[in-house]
Amino acid sequence: MRSVVDGAATWLAILATVLVVAPLVAIFVYLVYKGASSLNLDFFTKMPKPVGEVGGGMANAIAGSAILLAVGSLLGIPIGIGGGIFLAEFGRGTRLADAVRFTADVLNGVPSIVMGIAIYALIVVPQGHFSAFSGGVALGIMMIPTVCRTTEEMLLMVPHAVREAALALGVPNWRSVLSITVKTASPGIITGCMLAFARVAGETAPLIFTALGNTFWSTNLNREIAALPLQIYVYALSPYDDWHRLAWAGALVLIVLIVLAVSLVRFVTSRGVLKGAS
Amino acid sequence: MGVGIEVTNLNAWYGTNHTLQDINLNIPANHATALIGPSGCGKSTFVRCLNRMHETNPIARVTGTVRIGELDIYSDCKPVEIRRRVGMVFQRPNPFPTMSIYDNVAAGLKLNGYSTRQVLDEIVERSLKNSALWDEVKDDLKKKSGASLSGGQQQRLCIARALAVDPEVLLMDEPASALDPVSTSKIEDLIFQLKTQYTIVIVTHNMQQAARVAEKTGFFLNGRMVEFDSTHKIFTNPSDKRTEDYITGRFG
Repeated sequence: MRSVVDGAATWLAILATVLVVAPLVAIFVYLVYKGASSLNLDFFTKMPKPVGEVGGGMANAIAGSAILLAVGSLLGIPIGIGGGIFLAEFGRGTRLADAVRFTADVLNGVPSIVMGIAIYALIVVPQGHFSAFSGGVALGIMMIPTVCRTTEEMLLMVPHAVREAALALGVPNWRSVLSITVKTASPGIITGCMLAFARVAGETAPLIFTALGNTFWSTNLNREIAALPLQIYVYALSPYDDWHRLAWAGALVLIVLIVLAVSLVRFVTSRGVLKGAS
Repeated sequence: MGVGIEVTNLNAWYGTNHTLQDINLNIPANHATALIGPSGCGKSTFVRCLNRMHETNPIARVTGTVRIGELDIYSDCKPVEIRRRVGMVFQRPNPFPTMSIYDNVAAGLKLNGYSTRQVLDEIVERSLKNSALWDEVKDDLKKKSGASLSGGQQQRLCIARALAVDPEVLLMDEPASALDPVSTSKIEDLIFQLKTQYTIVIVTHNMQQAARVAEKTGFFLNGRMVEFDSTHKIFTNPSDKRTEDYITGRFG
């Protein structure tokens, strides 16, 4: 009897695993099937062509997404990590910390289109024009809650004994937090940052009212800028078969670039990790 | 060199719990002093009052005076200063898990702002030799994490880390209770060597261990110090009935 239950539990676990992995594999296979045929060097190096002309690429959208994500990360990651350190180490038990934690959770639930409209009202309208900067700010604000709460949780997982060891050496508390506690929790904090990055990399809605999109090459933070999700959105809604194929290729490139960025960060941060470090 | 410790009317609380009551005691320099007593009697709280680690708990409070050498540690200086002069080794080995063996030993110096390479190299080597770990780790100093060592090695690493900041006193809170007998005897040998240079206060549940390593022994019960005398006297002819009951195993 016991072996029957054991076998059933094992098979249920395997089934659940398959169900978790299946959608991802299905999406990826379908993207490759639809998009791979339109992928060539031109896609990465050429600008979009006018309707009716064959070929062209999304170089401007790839560069635009990179710029938007860089601005977003520069804003969202430091603020998020700083907030997480405050919640876990300096503000523990204070009313301010409760308020910050509550705000972060609410912010996490704000629909991305609302974020876009809010930034439109706060930055685009006063400035009088759409801009890459405002799009980056929208993405950055969306990163903050994820980064902040994972940082807090990872810091709270650092054993009390490790903090005591640092204090007993005569290390001041702030130094112990920054050099020992944060360092010990850094693998988890990096994972949180990567999750936030991957999530906003595919966001379209907050960019509609901020970065707007651009059919030309632009790297100016004060001008409207193209982004992969925006370009995919526009191309997929168009009536042209050629653009549909480019949209599929764009979706494939977006996913591959996210995977590459996350793997790169993992690779760089795991070098220099010592044998046996937990 | 070690210095003596003079404790006068020390009281300590956790919240409303009066964990130490009117402790008076003189701990001699360059000797090992053992503190014994049943769990919860206040031994650990007492040693944590000697380097002001007690007050890192927000609900904790202390009154009375503790002199370490010439220094009144509760009125003459900040907590971080006294913790550099009074090293501490905890019950469970607690190396910094993301740091190499070398960085673990150098941590106290680096984090307090000393960092000339050559000086650090010398101090790390000397501290690991003093903690009898050098021969086992000298080839992997920067390659292996402190957490990859065995439990006994980790505890000696923690001792090296405490010695590297050149303290005058070394507090050890049940340093061998999580270790196997071989590692325990290595730690005891180490205490024997270290007490020529440092004043050592060791909390232990193991009475044979107290008898083996310490010249002086104090017996704690319910937050009070019942008896403090030479180890030989405590274990062969204690003056207090409660001490005798405890060491003969009638309670605790």
